[in-house]
Amino acid sequence: MHLPNPSQLLPQMAAALRLHLQQRGIDQARFIGIHTGGVWVAQALLAELGLSQPLGTLDVSFYRDDFTQHGLHPQVRPSALPFDIEGQHLVLIDDVLMSGRTVRAALNELFDYGRPASVSLVCLLDLNAHELPIRPDVVGASLSLAANQRVKLSGPTPLSLELQTLADRELPQ
Amino acid sequence: MSMQISGARLLDPASGLDQNADLFIDGGKVVAIGQAPLGFNPRQLIDASGLIAAPGLVDLSVALREPGYGRKGSIASETLAAAAGGVTSLCCPPQTRPVLDTPAVAELILDRAQQAGHAKVFPIGALSKGLAGEQLAELVALRDAGCVAFGDGLYSFQNSRTLRRALEYAATFDLTVVFHAQDHDLAEGGLAHEGATASFLGLPGIPESAETVALARQLLLVEQSGVRAHFSCISSARGAEMIAQAQARGLPVSADVALYQLILTDEALADFSSLYHVQPPLRSRRDREGLREAVRQGVIGSIASHHQPHEHDAKLAPFGATEPGISSVELLLPLALTLVQDGLLDLPSLLSRLTCGPAQALRLPAGRLAVGAPADILLFAEQASTLAGEQWFSKGQNCPFLGHCLPGRVRYTLLDGRISYQA
Amino acid sequence: MTPIDAKRPLQLNENGQLRHFLSLDGLPRELLTELLDTADSFLEVGARAVKKVPLLRGKTVCNVFFENSTRTRTTFELAAQRLSADVISLNVSTSSTSKGETLFDTLRNLEAMAADMFVVRHADSGAAHFIAEHVCPQVAIINAGDGRHAHPTQGMLDMLTIRRHKGSFENLSVAIVGDILHSRVARSNMLALRTLGCPDIRVIAPQTLLPVGLEQYGVRVFTSLSEGLRDVDVVIMLRLQKERMQGGLLPSEGEFFRLYGLTEQRLALAKPDALVMHPGPINRGVEIESAVADGPQSVILNQVTYGIAVRMAVLSMCMSGQAAQRQLNQDAGEHN
Repeated sequence: MHLPNPSQLLPQMAAALRLHLQQRGIDQARFIGIHTGGVWVAQALLAELGLSQPLGTLDVSFYRDDFTQHGLHPQVRPSALPFDIEGQHLVLIDDVLMSGRTVRAALNELFDYGRPASVSLVCLLDLNAHELPIRPDVVGASLSLAANQRVKLSGPTPLSLELQTLADRELPQ
Repeated sequence: MSMQISGARLLDPASGLDQNADLFIDGGKVVAIGQAPLGFNPRQLIDASGLIAAPGLVDLSVALREPGYGRKGSIASETLAAAAGGVTSLCCPPQTRPVLDTPAVAELILDRAQQAGHAKVFPIGALSKGLAGEQLAELVALRDAGCVAFGDGLYSFQNSRTLRRALEYAATFDLTVVFHAQDHDLAEGGLAHEGATASFLGLPGIPESAETVALARQLLLVEQSGVRAHFSCISSARGAEMIAQAQARGLPVSADVALYQLILTDEALADFSSLYHVQPPLRSRRDREGLREAVRQGVIGSIASHHQPHEHDAKLAPFGATEPGISSVELLLPLALTLVQDGLLDLPSLLSRLTCGPAQALRLPAGRLAVGAPADILLFAEQASTLAGEQWFSKGQNCPFLGHCLPGRVRYTLLDGRISYQA
Repeated sequence: MTPIDAKRPLQLNENGQLRHFLSLDGLPRELLTELLDTADSFLEVGARAVKKVPLLRGKTVCNVFFENSTRTRTTFELAAQRLSADVISLNVSTSSTSKGETLFDTLRNLEAMAADMFVVRHADSGAAHFIAEHVCPQVAIINAGDGRHAHPTQGMLDMLTIRRHKGSFENLSVAIVGDILHSRVARSNMLALRTLGCPDIRVIAPQTLLPVGLEQYGVRVFTSLSEGLRDVDVVIMLRLQKERMQGGLLPSEGEFFRLYGLTEQRLALAKPDALVMHPGPINRGVEIESAVADGPQSVILNQVTYGIAVRMAVLSMCMSGQAAQRQLNQDAGEHN
């Protein structure tokens, strides 16, 4: 299968995001990336948009619903929001949207920091494997994978996508 | 009933007998060795080829738990366990409920032991009433009821003057006193040998000096009173040295050691396993070496099981809240044979520490394989093995050796010429 | 003869993750570092407006204290609450044991209430091991102090304090001062410091307060405070219990303070930026003077803050280790 080159997706994502915010009448948005890939995508997207504002980062490990099945990630990085999110319009950025559970965890975590005016979701890839009613507002590319396939983003520069095939025993039950 | 045991290697450490010969038994006694008496017509024949025939083992400390502690053991259960371990004669300590400080309790124990018929029981009476260490028990009445020696266990006679008088009284009637050397104050609150392991585990320590300080005091008073004394369950190398010195000076003192003290050290406590909670505590490797050496040299002339059966609950608590003691009399022979296997003792020396040694210490009519002696005989296979716990007669499962494969196997235990145990 | 039940890693699951937290003995450096890293992340949660994460939502954590300790119990409660667990705290010293119920029965009853984790403090060394091994192996057991044996969460919060202020352990001199003999904190600290690579661990006390066999911890023993404090980077003071004056361990509080109390003057012997730590509660004027306890080098209150984060890390790691073990058992069951 052919995977897109992330750097080629970024100009079109930046344009779509600009349009999305414009349509909503948002002129000042705060950007937040989800660790780790989402932070890289967010940094690249800010650069593409020519913005130099501070970027918030979230590690959702403490909010995941699969913690008792998969355990705690040993290297939890602290979440850092260098701005108040109360009443703000937020742009939440992740690399790959699969089940939607990471985004659900991120939304939960965000609401522990305050009540934003709105949250828009930007993803580099949408794998069309949603398990929750969560859809991106802006997406780089959409594709469907076989059950034993995963996509991994490497970065931060250059960003590149790689296809991985799971062994049977690693497949979720 | 008459019996012929044929083909066994006869080992009697008391006489130095070591030969392949037949044994002839009649009327509960050994009537001949080698050549059958004229007209001997055995009603029972045991083919003992490949087996060793030795005197039945003599164990100086087996807690029977009766009367008073029926959940831990009974005379019937624990004497049967002893027979399975090759024991034909045993001494039971006075820590019963009521305490063995009256002839009535001694008679009860002897009656029940007789009824059970698994082993000969020689009670050790309390030295003081209620084991309180204050007022003397009626030692002569107890002797007449069958008590072979007198002792108070770990904590007794804190008052040296009272102890001195007790020893002098016992000496008057040529009674033997059994000491457990542990200084009450130095041992108070202690749970384990004071050493690296106890420190690491945060278990309050019992220093070696708890034993040696008590031993020094007891030995001096033994010397002054001239009483016959036996020191039970010596646990430290230094303690064994003090016994050796006393013997060298001609004091009438003997000593025993718990078999588990010759096998285990305090390192076994590393997981807080309450199975290794014993009093006096398991001590260091250096102490174990010293004890083994004293056993080799005969300074410690007896090895005893110090069998202390407990119900399950007694060991089901954090280490410090559990009761001390190991249930092991029914493994006495195979556990002891590990000492031969490890090259610490030869077989005749080991058997001497388990038969004539203890019998002499407390002057028991036991521990010999000779014409005219009671036919209390142990027949065992030295090359076979015992899976500890494969069968278990003691009510106490508190044995850290369960599951181990041990050398040797008891085939028959004979009590007065009658089979009391057979495997 | 080797005991048949020879040492096995009771507190780790088959993947080497924590499933109980009983003692620091046998835990590898990587695991302690992972614990400190996780605690660092939880420290950040403590600085938020909403100090709560949903990690242990729906889980029940039961604090069972057979020995009173308001502070340790409170920080464990707070740690569990910040992880969104349901928390029950029981002071067993005043309830069931006085009615003759055994430790075994008390805990079995609590287990039947579907507790997922027990935080246990008990006056007997080895109590937490006993519970993890014999009472409820399926429930995560956290040792909140057992006799003189171990206080592993205190040990790790002390390590977090040192790491956050000194960066690492590789070049440090750390002195532990006072009643080493009766101290589970000292034992856990000595183990943690050695595992984490601290090259110079010193203990300072009179002989009556020193256990035998200290060499096994790889520490240097000093009986003089001024010699032992020379050029150290960290001073950990221990609490002196009043009952130590009985039984001949010490003549008086006054004499102990004169010889082993931490004063500004004595602290000057240590490095200028040396940290002063104390597990609390402090006895002012017995082991430490107020000017030092409240002084610029004291991190005693930071220790309390870090304690919550460390306990959050321990609770979540053990809960996940137990869950992983259950999964392993289930998979093994399916394959049979």
